[in-house]
Amino acid sequence: MLLIRNGRVIDPATQTDALRDVLLDGNKIVEVAAPGQIQLDAHTCEIFEATGLIVAPGFIDLHAHLREPGQESSETIETGTKSAARGGFTAVCCMPNTRPVNDNASVTRFILDRAKTSASVRVWPIGAASVGSKGEAIAEIAAMREAGIVAVSDDGKPIATAKLTRQVMDYCRSLDLPVIEHSEDVSLAAGAVMREGVTSTRLGLPGMPAAAESVCVARDVQLAELTGARLHVAHMSAKASLEQVRWAKSRGLRVTCEVTPHHFTLIDEDVQYDSRYKMNPPLAAREDRKALIEGLADGTVDAIATDHAPHEPALKDVEFDRAPFGILGFETALALALEQLVHSGRISLMRLVDLFTTGPACVLQVARKIWPGEPGDLTIFSFDHPWTYDVKQSPSKSRNSPFDARTFKGGPMATIVAGKIVFQR
Amino acid sequence: MTYRFRDLLALEPLNADELTFLLDQSKPFQEIQRHPLKKLATLRGKTVALAFFENSTRTRISFGTAASRLGADTMNLQAEASSVKKGESLLDTVHTLNAMKPDCLVIRHSASGAADFVARHLDIPVINAGDGTHEHPSQGLLDALTMRDRKGSLENLNITILGDISHSRVARSNIHLLAKFGCRFTLCGPAMWVPRELESIGPPGASIRRVFRIEEALEDADVVLVLRVQTERLHEPALSAGDYILLYQLSAERLRLAKPDAIVLHPGPMNRGIEITPEVADGAQSCVLEQVTNGIAVRMALLFLLTSGVAEEGAVAAAENQPKESTHASH
Repeated sequence: MLLIRNGRVIDPATQTDALRDVLLDGNKIVEVAAPGQIQLDAHTCEIFEATGLIVAPGFIDLHAHLREPGQESSETIETGTKSAARGGFTAVCCMPNTRPVNDNASVTRFILDRAKTSASVRVWPIGAASVGSKGEAIAEIAAMREAGIVAVSDDGKPIATAKLTRQVMDYCRSLDLPVIEHSEDVSLAAGAVMREGVTSTRLGLPGMPAAAESVCVARDVQLAELTGARLHVAHMSAKASLEQVRWAKSRGLRVTCEVTPHHFTLIDEDVQYDSRYKMNPPLAAREDRKALIEGLADGTVDAIATDHAPHEPALKDVEFDRAPFGILGFETALALALEQLVHSGRISLMRLVDLFTTGPACVLQVARKIWPGEPGDLTIFSFDHPWTYDVKQSPSKSRNSPFDARTFKGGPMATIVAGKIVFQR
Repeated sequence: MTYRFRDLLALEPLNADELTFLLDQSKPFQEIQRHPLKKLATLRGKTVALAFFENSTRTRISFGTAASRLGADTMNLQAEASSVKKGESLLDTVHTLNAMKPDCLVIRHSASGAADFVARHLDIPVINAGDGTHEHPSQGLLDALTMRDRKGSLENLNITILGDISHSRVARSNIHLLAKFGCRFTLCGPAMWVPRELESIGPPGASIRRVFRIEEALEDADVVLVLRVQTERLHEPALSAGDYILLYQLSAERLRLAKPDAIVLHPGPMNRGIEITPEVADGAQSCVLEQVTNGIAVRMALLFLLTSGVAEEGAVAAAENQPKESTHASH
């Protein structure tokens, strides 16, 4: 038994924002009550003093790369989920662009087996939409669903053609799985290493226009209307894409989207040939960032997702245009959201928790609340505890974070998965 | 006045006084090019590493000649013959070169930002001899020196740049330098080579406009900078060579639309008959060969300043001088 005592429970699912004691037994929540109301045996019960802290349902990251199997020099399920736990995440959806690609049930089972023996948090695999994510034939999605995938995506790139996207959507509608799309017109983005704009022009780096993303989002929302499928737009960076999603939602389509912390924090002007600022989609323009923050505030954006993309130093410490896309994300996500969205007065704490919990849970159609009988997954965080991120201390195998040495106000204090404390600051 | 940086990576961060200083420092070395005996002993005992990761003939020879006329030794790395082909990373290659203890590294690389990247990892002065489509600072300086000699001053000139400006490091270095002297720029070429973002790359208040008709672009020009049409880019689904000649080739007839005393510069190597006619290239208004001679003078001045120790006092490593990370909490 584990008692989380006297924390401020913020739970969007039950619309709770009050001091509560939360009792966990085994892997479940068994009781939620006003402080001091729960009768318990002090000898058999572990107590976590949460006075002054916020107790939220367990955070879900819809978008991460754990690199196992195949690129274990950059990350493994063990190191990645340790890092996720430090970031307050209790469940991580891992993208299928491993080597081999997670496009069949045996790879899905391998990932889940590795997770069972080595993961600190829940690992929810995402299966490839097409065989090898090559955009030619539909992958064995039903078999992967049996094995445990929660969604499909060809992430790293879009599903190659409109026709295949339509087929995947039709199929996933019948299987009731969301289709997560990395929205990019690859011909418009070809050769680009950052967002096209004054900064890319000044730096002489090939840029992709915002339209490289938004034309693909436009394609996909129309296909979502055609098929009735659940479309989730991954790591959305452009204002024009957000407008497409807004349009889709206004028509009642089952379209959702996520935004990463780096896209609501940084902009293309921050790029200074430092490959830690290189990711795909690239850092966008000032007005895109502003629009994304508005979307996070007004409810258009459903979730904050990290797109945690580790690359070992040998791969990343090269010329900017040769470095792979992607940055670390788990450990700074909550703190950046507090800094950029809550402390700046743009959103409430309730909305922040929603973006990390009920928002992503709705995308996956799973429950996420602090209620008796629910899984014992909790994220406990501080609103104002000052701390400095030191990437060298990260359990991740990679170091590619632009936020190294940044000082934050508030962040994860403990992560509880299935009734067990897997991280505590 | 001294030069306050350890490296020369770009002209963008330099102010008008610093640029004037660099141009003035080149004057005595221009004199030397006219002497029958051109070799000095100024940098005797010093070693200059020339690391050319991208094909280059004139810039490499120019830096090599500049070093040798100062009495320095050179070590040469050329991409074709180097370990780069064997898969060695840029960082390992320059660390290896650095371990041979040169006093300065001159780098040419096809990646924008390569010189900046290398400078962040080395403790010796780094001179950017052209990085991708970013900057080519010594070319910008030699162009400005040529213009100043011919025009008497750099103040308020009308500069017309013709060609593929979006992919030109020469154009960028020229804009960053000349804009600080109040020059007005007219950029002219097909729209995909002259994106509108170019109007905003200069310092605040810089006058940079785009014009798509060469006749209009040449009106009132004091200087016409003709860029090399990289013929490989013509294979992109963009423009045919025939169309380019029709629309943008600098011919004697078109040049008459510029001021009568306008001068013509070209960074070389020229595609005669494509971006420029032989008549213009060899005409009285052409400065092409002066540019080459001035290139040695400018590079001698740079090597002298950065390796002789005169700039050491107060010199700042570029890495320290640039904003490593800016936060945008306020916008």
